[in-house]
Amino acid sequence: MANEPEARKPLLEVKALSKKFPVYGSFGRLFGAKQYVHAVTDVSFTLYEGETYGLVGESGSGKSTTGRTILGLTPVTSGEVRYRGQDLAKLPPKQLRKLRRELQMVFQDPYSSLNPRKRIGRILEEALVIHRIDDRQRRQQAVFRILQIVGLQPEHYFRYPHEFSGGQRQRLGLARALILQPRIVVCDEPVSALDVSIQSQILNMLRELQGELGLTLLFITHDISVVRYISDRIGIMYLGRIVEEAPTDALFANPQHPYTKALFSAVPRISERGLKERTVLKGEIPSPLSPPSGCVFHTRCPLATDRCRSEAPAWRETKPQHHTACHYA
Amino acid sequence: MSQMSPASEKSRTSQMSRSGQKDRTALLDVRGLTTRFATERGPVTAVDGISFAMEPGEIIGIVGESGCGKSVMSQSIIRLLDYTDHVSYEGEVWLSGEELLRLSPSRMRKVRGNRVSMVFQDPLTSLDPLYPIGDQIAESLRQHRRLSRKEAQARALELLRMTGIPSPEQRIKEYPHQLSGGMQQRVMIAIALACEPQLLIADEPTTALDVTIQAQILELIVELNRRLGMGVLFITHDLGVVSEICTSVKVMYLGQIVEEMTTARLFANPLHPYTQGLIRSIPRLDGDRRRKLHVIEGTVPSLADRPEGCKFVTRCPYADAKCRSEEPPLETAEEGHRLKCWYYREIRSGAREATQYGE
Repeated sequence: MANEPEARKPLLEVKALSKKFPVYGSFGRLFGAKQYVHAVTDVSFTLYEGETYGLVGESGSGKSTTGRTILGLTPVTSGEVRYRGQDLAKLPPKQLRKLRRELQMVFQDPYSSLNPRKRIGRILEEALVIHRIDDRQRRQQAVFRILQIVGLQPEHYFRYPHEFSGGQRQRLGLARALILQPRIVVCDEPVSALDVSIQSQILNMLRELQGELGLTLLFITHDISVVRYISDRIGIMYLGRIVEEAPTDALFANPQHPYTKALFSAVPRISERGLKERTVLKGEIPSPLSPPSGCVFHTRCPLATDRCRSEAPAWRETKPQHHTACHYA
Repeated sequence: MSQMSPASEKSRTSQMSRSGQKDRTALLDVRGLTTRFATERGPVTAVDGISFAMEPGEIIGIVGESGCGKSVMSQSIIRLLDYTDHVSYEGEVWLSGEELLRLSPSRMRKVRGNRVSMVFQDPLTSLDPLYPIGDQIAESLRQHRRLSRKEAQARALELLRMTGIPSPEQRIKEYPHQLSGGMQQRVMIAIALACEPQLLIADEPTTALDVTIQAQILELIVELNRRLGMGVLFITHDLGVVSEICTSVKVMYLGQIVEEMTTARLFANPLHPYTQGLIRSIPRLDGDRRRKLHVIEGTVPSLADRPEGCKFVTRCPYADAKCRSEEPPLETAEEGHRLKCWYYREIRSGAREATQYGE
């Protein structure tokens, strides 16, 4: 879990990252883009060595796009992604490829990212082959080692992806990311498709491995309870922007942004008494094609004023280490 | 601000545990329901002798992991599986005094979407992409209520408004792909409620939705349940949702109900090792987040190799030889609280220790 604040070293710095996707008209690219989907707008945060940073938001908030853009799976529109001092967005492809080894990703649905016609051994080894690491024999040893690390058996080496259960497949997805000995793993909803009993196995394992291997995790999820369990710090995203960021305990003890409050309040809670008062947000997340003026949350915010409609709130430190983008926090 | 509340306090203590004589007053009375599928490797039992009764206005939660038969059980009740090959039912399903499993297909069609309707997890695959949503809501009204096109459209508009869709006059002409996931689920609910069913079966209706939208939909279901007095069978794997809206809960494992009780007891005093494991493995918003999460070892066995004896035996930390050979009966621990476990008394008093699988 978290290092002490003084000892923290930034490993990855995301600065003013934006990603726009063009939308073309009926003539395709002929007349240029008609409008843009503003998927990620001006997102900045820092990953410190050894920590888990949770990125939380509803669907359409841009959390997955942020993760994918950081890894260069989709090019950035503007902004910087600095990994150990180098801007990944400006790195020539050859050098980027070398660095990719250190930045890996785990996806929500591992089945669609495992080739059904290859045996597990081949699939896991492939990453090593691509990066030209070791000879054949040592690669095979590495695969057996990683299978053991993620809690699978040596005989699984010869199996095909369809022979595994959902939880085991997620272990495979993790094994494939970890076999390259990365420093940063971006986990995009890694437990969302799993039953609670399996989810807890994977979460426990992630936390253990992080300690053993010294990993830094960017954990993307919509599940508030899961992110609380796994993260040291959390950023809350809404409509492509981070609206609040704080250490986990501080955030849950004292959420500042009205969206964070509403989001936490919407989570169904287990209590022996059952029912509770809650803020139910009206309406839905607006279209990222034309985000609202001023504060993007003003269309659903119970506290919105004229100022919110016209003026975008500044990102400011409302408590030590606790940042919020709201005029009234 | 608004408040959610279950149907009524009275139904919390209704006769969920009734056995013996057939319950004539019950809205739904399922007796020994068994659903089997014929496969290449012989028949598999997906639902295994389930019995329960439900009163009007009750919201019953059905929980369990995937593969525990929750959906097959609910689809058996309205015989949606008739259209799947190789399915056979046993037992009885009484809906206000009428037995559904023996109805002819044409009579059954008059029940579905009329007296019982269903909302599914993924609204987009349940809506027809080629028709405006208004037509789809009107369809069951025209079919079951014999309304004219105009009357049905007017009623569809009313239903859309009731589900809280903004500008329904315009939305009614739109196609499913033009609506967001939350809106589509509201349309599904409008379709399900069109004929004012006595029983609504909701199969993970909010699982695919964001929490803020989920809160809206849950509130809508509870409100309609109170206003129309319809019974709701709510299938979910989210115990938080159960805690908020259900009056009582049935925990399913491998096609059986292994424990049933009121919602309050589910969280205060779960007795079955499976229920205990489920509850403890959820990361909770109020728990100690530095502790390791509880793990239920292993996975749900496939239907093709269900264990002899107690079905949970392969994953139970308390299991012994008796559990492996003999199936425990569903016995009453306390008024309204039944479960299937040989050793729940010993487990509760601490006399029986968890073995190798335990924490």
